[in-house]
Amino acid sequence: MSKHRIVIEPDTINSNYWKDLWNFRGLFYFLAWRDILVRYKQTAIGILWSLLRPMLTITVMAFIGWLFKSNIPDGIPRLVFVAAATLPWTFFSSSFSEASNSLVANSNLLTKVYFPRLIVPASTVIVCVIDFFISFAILIVLMVFCRYTPDIRILFLPLFLLLALVTSMGTGLYIAALNVKYRDFRYVVPFIVQFGLYASPIAFSSNDIYSNEHIPAVLKIMYSLNPMVGVIDGFRWCIFGGNISLNMQGFIISIGISILFLFFGVWYFRRMEKSFADVI
Amino acid sequence: MSEPIIKVEHLSKKYILRHENAERYTALRDVITNKVKGVFNSKPSGGQQSKEEFWALNDVSFEIQQGERVGIIGRNGAGKSTLLKILSRIVAPTKGRITIDGRAASLLEVGTGFHPELSGRENIFLNGSILGMSKKEIERKFDEIVAFAEVERFLDTPVKRYSSGMYVRLAFAVAAHLEPDILIVDEVLAVGDAEFQKKCLGKMQQVSGEGRTVIFVSHNMAAVKQLCNRAILLKSGAVVEAGETNTVLRTYLSEPTTISSTTNLLNDYKTRRGHGEVRFAEVTVNDGDFSIDPTSDVKIKLSVEVFQDVPSIYFMFSVLGSSDNLPITNCPLLPISETAVKAGAKISFELVIPGGIFRTGFFPLYLWIGKKGELAAENYHYDCIDSLFNLNFISTKDKSILGYEPLNPNGLINIDYTILNTRVK
Repeated sequence: MSKHRIVIEPDTINSNYWKDLWNFRGLFYFLAWRDILVRYKQTAIGILWSLLRPMLTITVMAFIGWLFKSNIPDGIPRLVFVAAATLPWTFFSSSFSEASNSLVANSNLLTKVYFPRLIVPASTVIVCVIDFFISFAILIVLMVFCRYTPDIRILFLPLFLLLALVTSMGTGLYIAALNVKYRDFRYVVPFIVQFGLYASPIAFSSNDIYSNEHIPAVLKIMYSLNPMVGVIDGFRWCIFGGNISLNMQGFIISIGISILFLFFGVWYFRRMEKSFADVI
Repeated sequence: MSEPIIKVEHLSKKYILRHENAERYTALRDVITNKVKGVFNSKPSGGQQSKEEFWALNDVSFEIQQGERVGIIGRNGAGKSTLLKILSRIVAPTKGRITIDGRAASLLEVGTGFHPELSGRENIFLNGSILGMSKKEIERKFDEIVAFAEVERFLDTPVKRYSSGMYVRLAFAVAAHLEPDILIVDEVLAVGDAEFQKKCLGKMQQVSGEGRTVIFVSHNMAAVKQLCNRAILLKSGAVVEAGETNTVLRTYLSEPTTISSTTNLLNDYKTRRGHGEVRFAEVTVNDGDFSIDPTSDVKIKLSVEVFQDVPSIYFMFSVLGSSDNLPITNCPLLPISETAVKAGAKISFELVIPGGIFRTGFFPLYLWIGKKGELAAENYHYDCIDSLFNLNFISTKDKSILGYEPLNPNGLINIDYTILNTRVK
């Protein structure tokens, strides 16, 4: 009789899940809005933190790169080169860690109201996207300051932002679901982020790795398994155009891994979702 | 009869209880060590960590028609909250099936998702959307919500600066303006002052008057009686009785499940609160006799076990009113031991309540053991037992001796008073 019929059964895949997700888009929006509002409450410099943190990282990473004389292509200022990698990395690290922690941080919601749980990590990632756009100003200012003009390929940049989004979403969902049951991941996440800062091509360029004869092929493959390698190489390819050549094999592996992570993350999240309220 | 709006068929929910393991979440470490242990011991590691299946709900079936106001009652641990959580789709059932025809909104807690840093205005939008309202809906109802909550002047103040009363009013106001087909409410009226509770009940009656279905869980029998036209009585996860409110309430209140003696309290965690340094082990009311003569003294034997060293032990009890579970007595905290007690000690004591105070009827007991603080609010709870034991005063004496009808007493306590200086002019 009613158009709105809900059947609750154990272990049945909710066929309305994606429709529900759409119906709850308001909540998605409000959760993101809440996180943005709350983020810099009672801070003196507020939103400037979104600029200051990546700026400091850029400075430190550029310094490290300079210290170890990492190769950068001719005609590209080192600060701009490092900034082009730091921004997507900062986006990934913050969205990955926030998403991983999001379910536990919102446990009071999870145990009291129904909604597709996917909304929680997704809204935290969106907040990080906004942060990314704010911090993108740094790159623009640096390019103007160093008089560097990118070519037309910069129009592909949104595609690589999407790839970074896919990567952080996939990994974040997986860890978030695990974190509900095993709080150990609270300690694993900061470690992954710290390790990744040095294992990803931020202070150096991917070409240094792929063209180095002293590095065995196995390690090169392992290096390209890091999905952020694909994202960062893509960013640099868009911004620095002809000066950068992409290692297609490594690049494709990275993209494949990102997409695999997303599918696996969503699958695992959906599988565990029903028991979240019981175990959290 | 038309199609029911909610149909619950053979619903069951199983929890695995892990003893020994107090933490709610597993650590990966434990999983790994257990796996490793498993390699070396071919036998399953019994004793170390005993698992126990616990059926919070067991084969529950009922139907609810459109527009009905249904109260779900039962003692602590009867499965009421689990049932609501499954109905609200927060947890999944282990077996069975529920069909709900209509939009359901649940209110398991007042102010779910309120953020202390956000202003009242912002929280109305946030909380509204968490409860399933659209932005347009909230905008339309905004003024009404604010007026109901009586917080106009503080709309732009962060709610962390609100008094607890204002906080609760605002939270309930948002929830009260939901317009679902089915409203699921858990014990939310237990907050706020009497005036506000009345207002909430009124609002809920109004909501159900509009043809909406209300499912209401409460320990407050007066509220259930006032609001609900049907009731479902749960006991240990099963439906005992479902039907007209007054009939079911009568069954509930006269249920001879009265435990008057038990020796197994240490293993009972369901009905307990407190930190657990000292726990009640055995309680025997009136030598285990179910009925108590209202004119004779009541003796309660208690024993407690001390699990951690404590600086002192105080005891207190209250007699509660059976319809609302609110204390009707004011008893002082009395010392059991004013000096430190070492872990491992077992203490027993007896308590005597003088006869002649209470009228016939059924009175739940609240038993408390803890540490006395400077102020009453600073009292520290070791253990409390809420309404597990009852005083059941039954008299065979008739009205001429008692001064009232034993089956239908007027009031709860006896007061002997005298009349002086009567003059008739």
